Amino acid sequence: MDQRVLNKLVESVSNTVKSFKKCEIECLIRLFQNLVKTDGRIDKTGIDRNTFQEILHNIFGMTDDMLMNRVFCAFDKDNDNHINVKEWVKGLSVFLRGTFEEKLKFCFEVYYLNGDGYISQEEIFNMLKNSLYQQSSEEESDEAIQELVDLTLKKMDYDNDGKISFADFEKAVKEERLLLEVFGQCLPEAKKCLDFEVLAFRHIPISRF
Amino acid sequence: MGVALTKSAQWTAAGYGPTALEVTPLNEAILKEIIEFIENFLYNHPQEAEYVFAEPLEWKTNLEPSAFGSGYIVSETAVESKEVDNNGQPLLSLSVPHVQIRSFGQLSQFLFIAKDSKLKEAQLCVEANRNPVEKILGLDYNTIKEESSALRILEKLTKGDDPENEIKRKVAHLLYQLDLHLLNNSLKHISLEIRLNPVTVKNDIELLKRFSGKGEQTVLEFIEYTSDYEFSNGCRAPPWRQIHGEICYVLVKPHDADTLCLTCSSEGVFLNGGKTDDEGEINYERKSEVYKDLVTLLKDKSAKFSENMSRQELKFNEEHHKEVNQLSKTAKEEEAIPSNRSTSGSHRSTLEKNQINLVKSHMAKRLAPSLNWKATVDSKDRKSSFKEPQEEKHGRHEKTGTSFSHGRAQLIRKSVEKIEDIISDSSSESEEDEESPDHRQEANADLPSEYWQIQKLVKYLKGGNQTATVIALCSMKDFNLAQETCQLAIRDVGGLEVLINLLDTDEVKCKIGSLKILKEISHNSQIRRSIVDLGGLPIMVNILDSPHKSLKCLAAETIANVAKFRRARRVVRQYGGITKLVALLDCGQNSSEPAQLSLYETRDVEVARCGALALWSCSKSHTNKEAIRKAGGIPLLARLLKTSHENMLIPVVGTLQECASEENYRAAIKAERIIENLVKNLNSENEQLQEHCAMAIYQCAEDEETRDLVRLHGGLKPLASLLNNTDNKERLAAVTGAIWKCSISKENVTKFREYKAIETLVGLLTDQPEEVLINVVGALGECCQEYENRVIVRKCGGIQPLVNLLVGINQALLVNVTKAVGACAVEPESMAIIDRLDGVRLLWSLLKNPHPDVKASAAWALCPCIENAKVKSVC
Repeated sequence: MDQRVLNKLVESVSNTVKSFKKCEIECLIRLFQNLVKTDGRIDKTGIDRNTFQEILHNIFGMTDDMLMNRVFCAFDKDNDNHINVKEWVKGLSVFLRGTFEEKLKFCFEVYYLNGDGYISQEEIFNMLKNSLYQQSSEEESDEAIQELVDLTLKKMDYDNDGKISFADFEKAVKEERLLLEVFGQCLPEAKKCLDFEVLAFRHIPISRF
Repeated sequence: MGVALTKSAQWTAAGYGPTALEVTPLNEAILKEIIEFIENFLYNHPQEAEYVFAEPLEWKTNLEPSAFGSGYIVSETAVESKEVDNNGQPLLSLSVPHVQIRSFGQLSQFLFIAKDSKLKEAQLCVEANRNPVEKILGLDYNTIKEESSALRILEKLTKGDDPENEIKRKVAHLLYQLDLHLLNNSLKHISLEIRLNPVTVKNDIELLKRFSGKGEQTVLEFIEYTSDYEFSNGCRAPPWRQIHGEICYVLVKPHDADTLCLTCSSEGVFLNGGKTDDEGEINYERKSEVYKDLVTLLKDKSAKFSENMSRQELKFNEEHHKEVNQLSKTAKEEEAIPSNRSTSGSHRSTLEKNQINLVKSHMAKRLAPSLNWKATVDSKDRKSSFKEPQEEKHGRHEKTGTSFSHGRAQLIRKSVEKIEDIISDSSSESEEDEESPDHRQEANADLPSEYWQIQKLVKYLKGGNQTATVIALCSMKDFNLAQETCQLAIRDVGGLEVLINLLDTDEVKCKIGSLKILKEISHNSQIRRSIVDLGGLPIMVNILDSPHKSLKCLAAETIANVAKFRRARRVVRQYGGITKLVALLDCGQNSSEPAQLSLYETRDVEVARCGALALWSCSKSHTNKEAIRKAGGIPLLARLLKTSHENMLIPVVGTLQECASEENYRAAIKAERIIENLVKNLNSENEQLQEHCAMAIYQCAEDEETRDLVRLHGGLKPLASLLNNTDNKERLAAVTGAIWKCSISKENVTKFREYKAIETLVGLLTDQPEEVLINVVGALGECCQEYENRVIVRKCGGIQPLVNLLVGINQALLVNVTKAVGACAVEPESMAIIDRLDGVRLLWSLLKNPHPDVKASAAWALCPCIENAKVKSVC
């Protein structure tokens, strides 16, 4: 891609994403292009699910397959099963520079799957299903997890409707920040973010900061 | 069942012949559970009911063959079941009186046939078969019953699907569940059980004795021991009965019943068989149910007692109050006589403990049930009475603190401690706040529901990944962690270990959550000690190095709570904590702070505040003060003192105030221009801050230059005006202390006179706690070196209260009072008043005071008296 097209793209992305400098956006776009390149050809549609999960796992240290899948969905705003360059930069801005509100919204999006705007009991159950070690029988384990689900609802379901709305979530997390990633990791750790930034932005000369 | 039977069931003391189960409520409960289990077995697990035991359960039954009906082949002396095993052997065979049973189905039917005597039969069975699980499942199975599930699967694979084994495993599982169930139940029982000790019993009896005698108003006609001899452990029962937990026997004659002969044992109080006439021996056998204490039993046995008792209740309480007050007096006395302390310390402390027990058992109207086995409680008690007297003293402080809740009394006590700490520099290391004897969960008779909920949460902490752990931690935080029940519940279910282990992981969120809980529960002194015992402090000290500010803060705050006793402070120092904490103070200076705080982060100022908070706790030890100074803490504290946040200033001034007992610090405080800021903060709105500033000034104002600095920075006026608010006694003590030391300089006295402080001080000579009085009198003693002030004191009527204080016992106070009286006596008019009030004789008698300082000061005070008396006689 020649410099002129790139500059244009940087320009248009920087209109929607404010938390990165232009040079940083440029680096992220270059990185994106490297990722989608297959056999020297640029795949127009973007990063597919598998590649993205690999990135999440290898670079951002996430481990839970189900949640990584959901993070992919949260990145993929237009639901075309591919992350295009705008979605890529936008998503990373939440990861790397996100404000508390942005992260709050992001986590909530990851946690509610069926799109009705609530995190239901079943969804919570599914997300917590693997959170306990060594239960002797499946029955016992299900019981223990259901109790864990009840605990979270008791803590977060302020309006007692048996599901967690965004308002519930926001209130609970504002009261106790530890609850932001209550159903499993969906944001990278601070250290991983720093590592990533160092890696991604290493081509930027110091003077341009 | 095996574990429950060996561990929980109460077997009679080892003796000859077959051992027997004691008839106790606990055993009865266990047996009933077993019976229920077996009776329902046939219906709940029909398949397993057919399982044939490896060995029969065999015992001597009281059942007659005639009781058996259909399904059995009955002869005159023998019974055989029609039900047989694979080899044609009957599953039940009875040949009077021996019975052998080999399946749950038969056991179940047998109990059904036994009807009313099934409890007895179950008992006989359990007694004869000490290891039923082994007999049921076979020797080899018993040993592997706690195998891991992996092994079980392996076994299944290798052996194939043997239905026999399948059932056997199911039976094993059922038995295991029963065992757990029994253990849980017996735990509940044990928690309900009452443990009396010789001291409580003795106190009960002594108290009742005081309210006994002839006449309608007394609660009893008489109450007396059967034996006059008391063993060194406080028991009066003969040694061979003591092993059964019996403490003593008493004869009680209520107004409306015959004389009762009672046994007081550690399990409770009950009626025994009474004195046998011929030899005066006692029939030790239990004849009534067990009551939790003497009063409860008597209330039940005698209506008159119950009635009069409720009338006396008020009186009772008064008595207790009096005793407690007396006690706190003796405690203070003791504090003032260090030479006596070592000899009388342990004696007093036991005395005190008795009183406390007494107060507890009657005032609170319930006995503290204990989760612990008696042995541990006892040994702890005993151990503590051998501790060094100083520690003892502090243990006691805390105990009295908890037992009577008058805020004021507690507050005064606290400040006594504090001031004493400060007066004698050397003592500050040995003066410990608390290393109190452990008293375990004592709240309600039943374990509170929080206990079980917390236990469940701890289970998640142990067996969950990061996500589950964070959820459990957040839920735990929702409990009222300020409540002792919850604090102790966390400890008792093994939560502390897990919380501390979490600190050692890499999971930031778990660490934060864990510290948030530890921070709250470490307000409890027992928890503090457990944290130190479990090695929590070194880990927290390490966290101080973490790049996460909020982690640093939480760790420092928790250390601040934990380091309230000497051992903890030493650990903090030994692991390099002081240096790290001092380094936290430096954080507050970084101005290039990002406007946007990242997710779990917090501000630099907050880090510095938490550092100061922890240093404040640590600075109560002499060695730590030195360590803080060496780590460069003073300039940093001085810099933080310039801020205007109250919550920052309080720990900073608190630390300085604590450290100012050291000469090195006082010099540094002067050099760092700290006095100026201390004076400035005297004008703050916050009472605690005012108190600490005044306290720091009090410490530093030994030095003349410092006294001048206080005046030059305008500190005398706020001090004088703070005198007018007398509600906060701690602050008043600090303020009067500062005034005392400042008034050593003449210029300052002049200022105080200008501010009418002397009149106010005279007003404070009455109705104030001793630590305030010491300072007030000290200040007046300094002021009265000048003629004008002596006149003011006399005109305000200060002489009389001063002379009244000559009869006190507090040495520090006496030294100051004699000095003040002596100063007044220089003036003939005041002398006349002193003489009239018999002050000279009182001074004279103080020459016999054991304390040399008091003697000397009294002698000095006598000089002007003699001089003036001479003048009078010459005239």
